[in-house]
Amino acid sequence: MENKVMRDVLIEQVYQRMRDNKNILFLCADFGSPKLDKLKNDFKDRFINVGIAEQNLINISTGFALEGFTVFAYAIAPFLTMRAYEQIRINLALHAQLKEINVNLVGVGAGLSYDVSGPTHHCLEDISIMRVLPNMEVFSPSDWMLAKGFLDYAIKVKKPKYIRLDGKPLPQIYNSVKDFKIEQGFSELRKGKKLCLVSTGIMTHKALQVAEILNKENIDIGVIDVFLIKPLNEKLFMKALEKYQAVLTLEEGFINNGGLDSLVLQLINREGAGVNFKNMGFAQRYVFEIGSRDYLHKLNKLDANSIIKNIKALLRRLKP
Amino acid sequence: MSNQEKLFKLLEDKARWVKKETFKIHKVASETRLASSLSAVEIFTVLYYGKLVRFNPKDIKSEARDRFIISKGHGAISFYPILADLGFFPKENLSKVCKEGCILGGIPDSVIPGFETINGSLGHGLGVACGIALALKRKKRKETVFVLMGDGELNEGSVWEAIMFAGEHKLDNLILIVDNNKACMLDFCKNIIDLSPLDKKFAVFRWRTKTVDGHNVKELYAGLKSFKESLGAKPKVLIADTVKGKGVPRLEVDPLSHIKNLRPEEAQSLIVDLE
Repeated sequence: MENKVMRDVLIEQVYQRMRDNKNILFLCADFGSPKLDKLKNDFKDRFINVGIAEQNLINISTGFALEGFTVFAYAIAPFLTMRAYEQIRINLALHAQLKEINVNLVGVGAGLSYDVSGPTHHCLEDISIMRVLPNMEVFSPSDWMLAKGFLDYAIKVKKPKYIRLDGKPLPQIYNSVKDFKIEQGFSELRKGKKLCLVSTGIMTHKALQVAEILNKENIDIGVIDVFLIKPLNEKLFMKALEKYQAVLTLEEGFINNGGLDSLVLQLINREGAGVNFKNMGFAQRYVFEIGSRDYLHKLNKLDANSIIKNIKALLRRLKP
Repeated sequence: MSNQEKLFKLLEDKARWVKKETFKIHKVASETRLASSLSAVEIFTVLYYGKLVRFNPKDIKSEARDRFIISKGHGAISFYPILADLGFFPKENLSKVCKEGCILGGIPDSVIPGFETINGSLGHGLGVACGIALALKRKKRKETVFVLMGDGELNEGSVWEAIMFAGEHKLDNLILIVDNNKACMLDFCKNIIDLSPLDKKFAVFRWRTKTVDGHNVKELYAGLKSFKESLGAKPKVLIADTVKGKGVPRLEVDPLSHIKNLRPEEAQSLIVDLE
């Protein structure tokens, strides 16, 4: 199993598609990747660096999309989503209700990917604010294989999408693109008995780690990786949750505020599923502390030990 | 009369008619932005009746159309009569602006045939138009992209991102018309952010500039036609000096004209004057 940075894999995939499909364009707001140099050199006409101008990145992308191009718009996640939010709302979300518009917003730096760069570079709001927009799809992969598998979907589905990529090399979770269905929106990576962890992005790695530790103590918990946050196949998702009595959500984002936790809780409530629910992520406070991602997780009680404590507390509350 | 003189006579007559229809719309929909629409009457008229914007009424979405982006959506009710007259939608709509079920609201969006983009929030049109202009170049197409923007809108930072981009990418298929009516919502522009000399600001960003009297159809026509016919590896801006609320004396001098409505009898007397 190979560690890779999602953005590198995604850019390689876009490159492959650009060779056969002259309709694909790659725009960025002065943000790169070692893999981008080749794309930039080989497709001089279809690579545009708009400069440090995220608002204009969205507007230029819109213009191209209105003329029938498939656009990948690439920038650092917090700046892409929050600096240019109104451009995204007006020119992508509103427009998409009236006409086909295929703009794929590729944001790099989900959660605390840019750990030591501080709170301006952290991205803990994006899942909530992007999923609130009608006509917008939200994709949050946990490994590079998912990022790879998303390309065909990105080109085929002519709608605006937000692709939330981790900035760090992460281990592979899926063996091949045949191991998931993008349209389903989630995969049950581990089946458990009473409790299931529901996670997205990097937190799925932590969920698997925790499940492994607990397995050695003879506690079997499930792990569901949610990657297409919007539109999630809600029916299949609730069917997968059916067999559990407790659910714990894990996300590297603010909780109780419209993120993954809100999505799951809303579905549980709607279906009257009556499961015990707990959410873990970041409280309503920005992270000014300096340190590695693991260190910051520990400070914010999102480390493996804190998760295990919460799981055990939830399990104790269940009827035998 | 020469053909040229005939055209100018037609444009003047049409402008007068458009103004009358604009008052009629405002009379039934007082929530529309009249002053901002009046400054752009001749601009809309010259673009469409002067045949500077190319379109096919039988196929208004044809790829061979010129694209016209109206970034100052608030001031577009004076464009409605033109679109109805040219067959973009049935004329009955004009008497129902802002009424239940009518496609024409106070601020137009691309649900209305003839409008390309979503309007109402300022500072978006020019950037989107730059994307369209560059896309047309990539497709090796020859159509022109026109944008109409108010001078107040130039306060939006995103506009300057687009101005820089257009100059850098030599978008000579892009023509921006600034409806330089010199008033924002709460005051005259110069009392808020004074952008004069505006033409020099565009010039340093590598745009071709031309300033005309925006209520003079001959000057507007000559300026736009010469811009359309010559490329020259630069984007082009026509600064149309206009008066916000043109034709309504009390609005012309009012710094708050943007948010002023006419009483129905006041609108009626202006309609009668134009008949």
